[in-house]
Amino acid sequence: MRLSALKHRTGGDIAFTIGLVVTCVVVLFVTLYPIYFVIIASVSDPTMVATGRVWFIPQGISWFGYEQILADQRIWTGYRNTILYTVVGTAVNLLVTLPAAYALSRKEFSPRKVLMFFFAFTMFFNGGLIPMYLLLRDLNLLDNWLVFILPTAVNVYNLIIARAFFEHSLPEELFEAATIDGSNYFQFFLKMAVPLSMAIISVIGLYYLVQHWNDFFTGLVFVRDYDKQPLQIVLRDILISNQAFSGGAGGSGGSGGGSYAQQYADQIKYGVIVVSTLPVIVLYPFLQRYFEKGVLIGSVKG
Amino acid sequence: MTATLRGTTPARGAEPPRPPTRSRPRGTAALRRHVHRYWQLWVMALPAIGFVALFAYVPMYGLQLAFREFDFTAGLTGGEWVGLKYFEQFFDSPQFWTLMRNTVVISLTTLVVGFVAPIALALLVNQVVGRRRKRFMQTATYLPHFISIVVIVGMLQVFLSPSSGLITRVAEMIGFSGTNLLGDTSAFVPVYVISEVWQHAGWNSIIYLAALASVDPQLYEAARIDGAGRFTIIRHIDLPALVPTMIILFILNMGTVLSTGFEKIFLMQNPLNLGVSEVLATYVYKIGILSNQFSYGTAIGLFNTLINFTFLVVANQIAKRVSNTSLW
Repeated sequence: MRLSALKHRTGGDIAFTIGLVVTCVVVLFVTLYPIYFVIIASVSDPTMVATGRVWFIPQGISWFGYEQILADQRIWTGYRNTILYTVVGTAVNLLVTLPAAYALSRKEFSPRKVLMFFFAFTMFFNGGLIPMYLLLRDLNLLDNWLVFILPTAVNVYNLIIARAFFEHSLPEELFEAATIDGSNYFQFFLKMAVPLSMAIISVIGLYYLVQHWNDFFTGLVFVRDYDKQPLQIVLRDILISNQAFSGGAGGSGGSGGGSYAQQYADQIKYGVIVVSTLPVIVLYPFLQRYFEKGVLIGSVKG
Repeated sequence: MTATLRGTTPARGAEPPRPPTRSRPRGTAALRRHVHRYWQLWVMALPAIGFVALFAYVPMYGLQLAFREFDFTAGLTGGEWVGLKYFEQFFDSPQFWTLMRNTVVISLTTLVVGFVAPIALALLVNQVVGRRRKRFMQTATYLPHFISIVVIVGMLQVFLSPSSGLITRVAEMIGFSGTNLLGDTSAFVPVYVISEVWQHAGWNSIIYLAALASVDPQLYEAARIDGAGRFTIIRHIDLPALVPTMIILFILNMGTVLSTGFEKIFLMQNPLNLGVSEVLATYVYKIGILSNQFSYGTAIGLFNTLINFTFLVVANQIAKRVSNTSLW
């Protein structure tokens, strides 16, 4: 069997295979090496990182960066806020999106065509930043932690995916049988639709979760109070505005021994990248087996 | 019997006109009856309808601010009508052409490169033999999608740092000394676009891989028997299989052509690159929120949205005519 398969191979095919393997290795390297480098640089001696002696193996293990990060109160406040916004926000998202998606998937719900247009239109046209800002101001949501939850309560794209899933993968006979057994829409939704749709619910839940975790815009535009800022705003200050040394370990890079301080600032940055990204990256492989199933059913027919 | 009669036009014409009160309830009466019968479905849909009405449609209603003089006491829709004053002010401002050029250059480059890369990646991954190896390729390439924009820009800064950055050092090793990609105006767009591809190509390739997975295996066998090499198969079977998905995604991307990447561009801005990095979206933020020119900011934002919408409609019409695939 194998031999006959080999016989059919042409020289071109072998060259193709070699090219394929090389391309794959290059793609994997380009994708993963920056992430790997950040991790090893965060635990290496910053001087060795800065002078280019760290490539594949961490050199002169140093936990200085992490010590600074753990001592930095801003990171913890940001973390606490982001966890709060992510947990509450995702719960609200699912509570609003899933029932609506189910209702819109029912054929007897006759206004559904009109409603789908009502939802989908907002994907292509919106009021823009300033009217949104003024609306949130009128609603007293500026500087209010609910601004992280309420305006993004429904994501229309996720709603459409969930609706398509309910429509195509819940057999109508199931609903008829449940109705004969005396269940109403609420009961059917809770006892049948939700348990049978865990694949799509985890996908959408993960979308929402990542969206909240990475939300930088809301904090930037609508919140001034630093105690309410999410992790991403804190990260901006440390990573991009170079405010790494609030603890007083050195000036923020400026004059004098600038290059010396810069190495430590860089190590703190590497550490901050690891600390802030790890939770999301650790979480996603657990949910990823649902991806193909869930997203695809939704997107192909959406 | 009645159903067939109603289905044909002459029969319907022959029906005696009914008095309006006897006919099927219409308008509010029909709605009331529907709500009464299916109130549970209405209860389930209502929160979502409410949130979208409030947070998407009220701001749309507030767009009239672009044609009014903002009055702090009158709020979102008050104030005197001033017509197109703020649009004229924007078109006449020295910023206008710079902003348009920057926005179009960044968006179109991202659109084209960001559109081709996932397709190429999907075709590549699809060639990998073995379920586990294929899955590993996929999982690894979409990992960066989960990294936040702030962290991505932070990584760009440490990697491109002129004193100690990894990429700067690699550039030196291959003979480019003194590179400062963060400060170089000609480097802004490439850095932006390449990092976009790095972050999103893997994730965006998932949908193409799904389309490839649904290709009939018999097509491959037939091509093989006819003596087609693997490149020929990719060109004549795989690529055509992706066309409908490509068109839909292209139209969707077209609609966001001018509003891409507010957050990332904003974070990547520094005094050195502002001449090429200031785009409509970041300008709206600075004018509207940071300097409180609400009407002017709304006008620029509306201009941006209208162009987006035009792009979307045009792309959709072209796709409809060329290939019969369209969003609506």
